[in-house]
Amino acid sequence: MSAPAAPTPTTDPTLKSPIVRVEDLVKYFPAGSGLFGRSVVHAVDGVSLAIQAGETLGLVGESGCGKSTLGRVIVRLLPSTSGHVYFKDTDLTKVRGEKLRRTRQEIQMIFQDPYASLNPRMTVGDIVSEPLRNFGVARGRKAEQKVQEVMRVVGLNPNFVNRYPHEFSGGQRQRIGIARALVLNPTFIVADEPVSALDVSIQAQIVNLMEDLQEKFQLTFLFIAHDLSVVRHISDRIAVMYLGKIVEIGASDAIRDRPLHPYTKVLESSVPVPDPDIEALRKPILLKGEIPSPVNPPSACRFHTRCPIAQPICSEVEPPLEMKENGHFAACHFAGQL
Amino acid sequence: MQDLKVQFFVSGGTVNAVDGVSFEIDRGEIVGIVGESGSGKTMTALSLLRLIPEPGRITNGRILYGEKDVAQMTDEEIREFRGNEIAMIFQDPMTSLNPVLRIGFQVEEAMIAHQRFSNKQAKERVVPMLQRVRIPAAKDRVRDYPHQFSGGMRQRAMIAMGVSNEPSLLIADEPTTALDVTVQASIIELIRDLSRELRASVILITHNMALVASLCNRVIVMYAGRIVEQGPTRAIFKNPQHPYTWSLLRSMPRVDEKEKERLISIKGLPPDLGKMPPGCKFHPRCKFRVDRCFTEEPPLDEVDPGQRARCWVLMKNIANPEAQAQT
Repeated sequence: MSAPAAPTPTTDPTLKSPIVRVEDLVKYFPAGSGLFGRSVVHAVDGVSLAIQAGETLGLVGESGCGKSTLGRVIVRLLPSTSGHVYFKDTDLTKVRGEKLRRTRQEIQMIFQDPYASLNPRMTVGDIVSEPLRNFGVARGRKAEQKVQEVMRVVGLNPNFVNRYPHEFSGGQRQRIGIARALVLNPTFIVADEPVSALDVSIQAQIVNLMEDLQEKFQLTFLFIAHDLSVVRHISDRIAVMYLGKIVEIGASDAIRDRPLHPYTKVLESSVPVPDPDIEALRKPILLKGEIPSPVNPPSACRFHTRCPIAQPICSEVEPPLEMKENGHFAACHFAGQL
Repeated sequence: MQDLKVQFFVSGGTVNAVDGVSFEIDRGEIVGIVGESGSGKTMTALSLLRLIPEPGRITNGRILYGEKDVAQMTDEEIREFRGNEIAMIFQDPMTSLNPVLRIGFQVEEAMIAHQRFSNKQAKERVVPMLQRVRIPAAKDRVRDYPHQFSGGMRQRAMIAMGVSNEPSLLIADEPTTALDVTVQASIIELIRDLSRELRASVILITHNMALVASLCNRVIVMYAGRIVEQGPTRAIFKNPQHPYTWSLLRSMPRVDEKEKERLISIKGLPPDLGKMPPGCKFHPRCKFRVDRCFTEEPPLDEVDPGQRARCWVLMKNIANPEAQAQT
């Protein structure tokens, strides 16, 4: 008999009822051909994670780390190269036809740019009711009622159904995007940078709205953002991504108090807080160099070229994403030592 | 700067982008101007350089730099002044650099244009300048084009161009907004160090209060083209008196947040600058307003030594503001 397998982020014993399980997900993009044949962008490279029903998992990382691509592959806006995405018990990378349509009703997405993601030639009513028509859920009077209800829920005046997106402010447009995502009564929503294009005072309105909606409709969120402050506020757990890989995942508090991966520690130390007394003492850990290209990512641990505590082993053996504390995983040979 | 007014003359009428702004900046001081889009923070800074875009005009006020009034300078004088005394760094370095010229050449050109250095001197100073802004392997990278630089490196190159003439004032307009947070940390350190080395004053224009807390000695908070509060950084953060400043500080989540508290949101939107409300410009969104706020605009009065706020109420007179703000 072999020993029981060590827990992975998908078999995390602290997650009682995962609703989404991502296993070894890979997404490569072709990046043209060069001297040595075709090159590929390793945008998402072997990601495993699980999302608990009713929680918010924050996915944080810097530009080019693959976090948006991961979100899009999970909702199948992009096909995967390999790996699996289980929603409840359906493998989204395998289902086709009617089953896919039905599963998709339960999964929705909110985008960053409320200007680019709304068709300027459609009225708000048409935008919000489009999913109802596409999925044949409701039409006519019934659809109108549903649209009015969902507009009220997101804080939009239902009398504005016949207006066009340009007549609304950025924050209101984001509410339209949220209304469109909610109209099919989804269970799981991927929100990709939903507040980063908004002014500070409007950001808070949208963050509060998302929290209220989660409670009201028992939604599960994957909240993707580059801003660790927003992610910390809204998330129960946080996954940190660097160059196509999850380097750390765990409870939001645990990551704040005991970041285990050196990259997480660097990120935490880089974010300023609005308190001059704390700022006077904060010493950001400055990274050397630039984020390497995902076309030719570094060997083994991808962070080793910039890591302040890298050792020879880090460029030779890739550290697995291991559970270091209960429900707290890190992919580092020297976890917790920076 | 005294009683600055910037107006835009557009087909529909006149828009007051900046209305009655006055402040002083001491040598070596780092001042943050914070506000949201449309608050007038960028226009205020551009007017220091007399760079207000058409159809905007400075219609009132004096901008004194030492003894000289920027508003009265001839075109020749203002050119000289811009290059030698003031440097400006913008949000997006890619649009400020010429994509078809080498980085080194652009830095050299910036020095030659303002005639502080001879051509030969300028050439010799390029690599040391790039080293000074901590561009690694500067000797090799002078021959690179802007697209070969990352966002952070381009911003460093812009800073090199700006400080190559040893200006006495550096205006940084959202210098790190387009950059990743780990890169932001190093750019902020660089600005702080350069300010000290050059004994230059810095104006940081930003929407990010946390960045102000980390870099600035003094803060100016703008709303709807006006200063609504100003004072030493510590006073503004620990003891804000204007409801807008107070709410703004509580509307942003903090990375060191321990107990999850609901964010305080400011309802509604900033006013349309063409259709300004009467009275206090913040009153339509203010949770602490009184009758007077609807009709009379409050003056920017001293509330504590060095701290001024434009409010009839003031936060210190409100018991349990958190509870009131959440309603």
